[in-house]
This record gives sequence, C-alpha cells and structure tokens, in this order.
Amino acid sequence: MVIKVNGKEVNLEKEVTIKELLVIQQVQMPDYVTVQVNEELVDQGRFNEVVVKDQDTVEFLYFMGGGSC
Amino acid sequence: MAFTDEQLDRYSRHIILKEVGVKGQKKLLKSKVLIIGTGGLGAPAAMFLAAAGVGTIGLVDYDVVELSNLQRQIIHFTQDVGKPKVLSGQETINLMNPDVNVITYREWVSAQNIEDIIKDQDYDFIIDGTDNFPAKFLINDACVFLNKPFSHAGIIRFQGQTMTFVPGQGPCYRCIFHNPPPVDAVPTCKQAGVLGVMGGIIGTIQATEAIKYILGIGELLTGHLLTYDALTMEFRKIKLSNNPKCEVCGEHPTITELIDYEQTQCDIKS
Repeated sequence: MVIKVNGKEVNLEKEVTIKELLVIQQVQMPDYVTVQVNEELVDQGRFNEVVVKDQDTVEFLYFMGGGSC
Repeated sequence: MAFTDEQLDRYSRHIILKEVGVKGQKKLLKSKVLIIGTGGLGAPAAMFLAAAGVGTIGLVDYDVVELSNLQRQIIHFTQDVGKPKVLSGQETINLMNPDVNVITYREWVSAQNIEDIIKDQDYDFIIDGTDNFPAKFLINDACVFLNKPFSHAGIIRFQGQTMTFVPGQGPCYRCIFHNPPPVDAVPTCKQAGVLGVMGGIIGTIQATEAIKYILGIGELLTGHLLTYDALTMEFRKIKLSNNPKCEVCGEHPTITELIDYEQTQCDIKS
C-alpha cells in the first residue's frame, strides 16, 4: 500500500499504527510531534491505536523554535 | 491625510498596485505592528514593514547585539555590538524611513507585561520573532485572549515554518502544538545552527502576512502551516485541522490566564 508522509510517497507492506509509522520513518523525538491523518489531528494518546490505511495522507508537524537567539 | 510629494514617490510602486493604491498605502501608514524579538525573524520583518510604510512599529527585545547575531540579523550593524537590539533596530528604521514611528520595549515578554505591551498602542498585528517556546505559547495565548491576529514562525538549520492566526478563522498555535516541549528537548538555533537567510525568507513572509492582513487582501496562512526546506527548495502549505479540544481557544478552554513556562538559562540569555 502507498501512503503520503509529509508530501512524499511511502510504500508499506501492510497497515501500521501511527506509533509504528513514527519508528519506520525514524522520527526523532516522536513524543513531541503533532500528527495529522487526512487533515485530522490525532491525539497523542491514540498513536498506538490509529491505523494508517492505503492512500492516507499523513503529516508530521514538528516544533520549530529559533528566530531570535 | 494627504500624501506629500516625497511620500507619493517613496510608495509609488505600492500605489500603482491596484490591490494597494492610495487607499491601501494610507492604511499601512495608519497601521501598527508589534514585533516581538528583533533577531533572525524580527529584523527582516521590521525592515520590510518599515520600508512599506507601516506607520507604527513596536520592537520588543531585552537583548543587546552580539557579533554572532550579525550573520542573519540584518537590522543591526557591526558598530551596534553591545547596544540594546531595540535601539539598534530603531536607529536603522529611522534612517530608512522617517514616516515610521518606532516604539521600543526593552524587556522580555512575560505573563506580567505582554498584554500591556500589546494594548500600549492597540497594535493591529503581532509578529512572533522569538526563539523559545515559552514565549511562543505566551504570544499565542495573549493574542487569543486579546483577539489579536499574529504570525508564528520558527527557523532552525535549513528549515522554517510559519502560520498565521486570526481570531475565529482557524486554529491557534496551541491547537496544533498543545504545550511547550520540555526544556532542551528540542534544540534552539543557538545549539543547532541556522543558515543566515532562513530568517530573511520566513521573516519576510511574516511581514507579507502583516501587510496582507492590514490591506485585507489575498489569502492568509490561517489554518495552514507553511514549511520551507532550503536544502531541497521545497515549500509545503499544510492544511491544519481545527481543534475543538484546544485548551485555550477550544469549546471548553481550561487555560484562562497567561502562563510563564520554564526556560533554559541559555534561552534567557540568548
């Protein structure tokens, strides 16, 4: 199956949870990432249960500080 | 208010735009924008807003100019090292455009002062050019409470992001990012580095949003997060969902007063 993660196509053998996808995508600090699936926010507490399906669009939104320093 | 010949000349490239015109330029001259942080983001934002003829620009920053700032904070010059950033910024703007009244606030924003600063001139639009998450959440919450629009942005390494909040028109920063990450969990650009131009690109987008808001033209980055990767030269405009459970602007808000979150010592000094 094919999903889109941050605009890029990702091929997966089977459906996975958000938590598994964060590992597959090697997201650093997965505790501090906001996740949207098909333009809907997913609560952090549901990362282990929400399953990503074929053709889903996933966005990982990262904290970005910086600016003044 | 009639334009002087000098103003007609100075703003001629704006006035010729049908979306701006004489009327729009007058709106800009009457407008008031508060820029919190006069660093990588705030410096270019302030300069373009000053050049555009935004009549009142507030600058908030406690810092003094350091040599390591000059790689990206283009409102400050070598001779300004050691000078308070708000004064250095004020001097540059005064040299660039005498139409602009610069108001300086040499302080860090906190739960105690931010609402007073925003109310001081009843600013029309706020630009978050700060470098730390406690300040970013503070600005968000204060703007939600005071019903003020603002532009959020962050930059690090070769990446940047920005979104615009307008009350009642889409999610706030807290809707998406909930709470500041723990101290030191996410690197600052002091720790990780930043390409000097990142603030120029993203800060200039923030200035563009302020100008569009004042003029009431085009589509703002409300309900969207714009991300930019300078290495791949990719801009992405990500549609954001509303969050009815948002703690500050949702249906049942639990945050009803401003919060001073903990900062690292390095953040406070930087």
